[in-house]
Amino acid sequence: MRRAGRVRSARDANGANGALARLFGGRAAAAASAPQAPGGTAAEARALTVRLGARAVLDGVDLTVAAGEVLALVGPNGAGKSTLLAALAGDIAPDAGEVTVAGRPAHAWSAPELALRRAVLPQAAALSFPFRVADVVRMGRAPWHGTAHEDEDEAAVAEAMAATEVAAFADRPFAALSGGERARVALARVLAQRTGLLLLDEPTAALDLRHQELVLRVCRARAAAGRAVVVVLHDLGLAAAHADRTAVLHRGRIAAAGPPGQVFVPALLGRVYDHPVEVLPHPETGVPLVFPRRPGKSSQ
Amino acid sequence: MSHPALRAERGKRQAAAPAPAGPAAPAAPRRGRVVWLTAALGAALVVLALVSAATGAFRIPLGDVLGSVQHRLHLGGRELDRVAESVLWNVRLPRVVLALLVGASLGCAGALMQGVFGNPLAEPGVIGISSGAAVGAVGAIAFGLEFLGTWTVTVFAFVSGLLTVLLVYALSRSGGRTEVVTLILTGIAVNAFAGALIGLFIFFADNAQVTQITFWQLGSLSQATWSKVLAVLPCAAAGLLIAPAYARQLDLLALGERPARHLGVDVERLRIVLVLVVALLTAAAVAVAGVITFVGLLVPHLLRMAAGPGHRFLVPASALGGALVLLAADLAARTAAEPAELPLGVLTALIGSPFFFWLLRRTRRRQGGWA
Repeated sequence: MRRAGRVRSARDANGANGALARLFGGRAAAAASAPQAPGGTAAEARALTVRLGARAVLDGVDLTVAAGEVLALVGPNGAGKSTLLAALAGDIAPDAGEVTVAGRPAHAWSAPELALRRAVLPQAAALSFPFRVADVVRMGRAPWHGTAHEDEDEAAVAEAMAATEVAAFADRPFAALSGGERARVALARVLAQRTGLLLLDEPTAALDLRHQELVLRVCRARAAAGRAVVVVLHDLGLAAAHADRTAVLHRGRIAAAGPPGQVFVPALLGRVYDHPVEVLPHPETGVPLVFPRRPGKSSQ
Repeated sequence: MSHPALRAERGKRQAAAPAPAGPAAPAAPRRGRVVWLTAALGAALVVLALVSAATGAFRIPLGDVLGSVQHRLHLGGRELDRVAESVLWNVRLPRVVLALLVGASLGCAGALMQGVFGNPLAEPGVIGISSGAAVGAVGAIAFGLEFLGTWTVTVFAFVSGLLTVLLVYALSRSGGRTEVVTLILTGIAVNAFAGALIGLFIFFADNAQVTQITFWQLGSLSQATWSKVLAVLPCAAAGLLIAPAYARQLDLLALGERPARHLGVDVERLRIVLVLVVALLTAAAVAVAGVITFVGLLVPHLLRMAAGPGHRFLVPASALGGALVLLAADLAARTAAEPAELPLGVLTALIGSPFFFWLLRRTRRRQGGWA
């Protein structure tokens, strides 16, 4: 970032229409921001093992994330969904196996390079100081500071705020928002980063029904534009309705992966969640609807 | 964690403001406020520096101060008589310049530290960095060390200040976060330990050294000379020049460590650099002025209330504001009880402590205290 800053000041001093910036900082940035061809590999985990102490939180996970798809990670609490997401983000070094992002091992990218290629929505959105909502969303543009894509800043921020419906409270302090509003602002920040790979950890957890649908529609739109979206979800119905593929995690392994219609079968889900599950097709769309079997009612 | 006082302050202001036209529109009024505030701080600083140079037991009219400064800069003006010239250039101006340097260092160090810890209560004095640096300085005096010339005390203050920052940092963090309670308790422990070491040095020191050490503990600029200015200038200037370059990354750090890394910040490097800068700035201040608390707490807080938490404004403005506050405090310290002189550190603590108390009360009322 600092190097990029210097390039920018050099450009300003030069007045040479950003030629210098493009020469140094711009090239890598341009390559990073162009969406990949649909079907290309955006990120990949190969035989990924992550240990926490003696326990293997992830144990030999193989997963490919393709550009242009929404991939939902589902599974019971403690199955390793967030750990897998963190490994794909480059936060956690694998104990065995490998994670690649945009064709290179995640740890081979520097932090500024990686920030041009993947954006991450954490489970909880925290903020130490009372920045305003617009400032928070604008932070998503920080990786592009000093690159040729800096010109897109205002457009990217406005677009992200419109997509998540937070423009109405752009000028309010972040801390004054409700939990659901904060979650959407955090998502807007991630969208404003405009990376080829989006990693979202439970983006719908704090949201009402309408905004859950809104967020997943935004995911779909990003995928349609050629980006890869990995989203951790607890609501299997949402996953079935919006994901191209789902990966079911169970005790650090992938129990099944594929289109929701193939993966969401009662036997598998019942075993993974350790609770009997019913799967019914939606009467109109045929999308699988998943219900826990409830004794007393369903047994009558 | 957010600062509720500011939230309320801003909430009030925004309630009065008309609805924004779009996401880009609201940035404009704040930018205007930032420019206006920076200019006001700068102007106030120049005026107060001149007034401070003119005021004292030996009065020098403001016009004469200006004339003499012009004369030395070869821009016209005229030389004063021998006594006035000597008072102005050997007593007043070194003191004014030293107050500027020390105040700027303290204000800037406070803003940086709050950003690095992600915690509005972090301040070199409160969490023990200042007393840590004072241990080095007092040790150098007590043992009569002079092998680095005029820089000896500064270097010792820097090294022990740095060790203290690292210690506090290591002790008060867990799981990538700094809990306020842990931070304050760590500060209490560090302050107690530093106090004990200083006490030990006093025990071993002779009478002349004890007098000199007492001056450290009270905090004062009364011993200002040009050689002292030169002794701290490298530390202070380096710190003040490096700090603003990291302002943008400090903004991102407010999101937390991982999100900052996701946005391209090399968090480890940022932390190490800024901890070094804080140690430099604190050492610069403590080496010449002793322990002066609360400037680093008060100034960034007030500026955040006035113009928001963005560090690109906050870091340089805290330096300006710190300089202004310390210059004013020093002027008060040496004129309020003429011909006696109040210790500067005592004065800032007298004003700073109630502010700190008010901050705690206000936070507790609004959100039940700091987590």
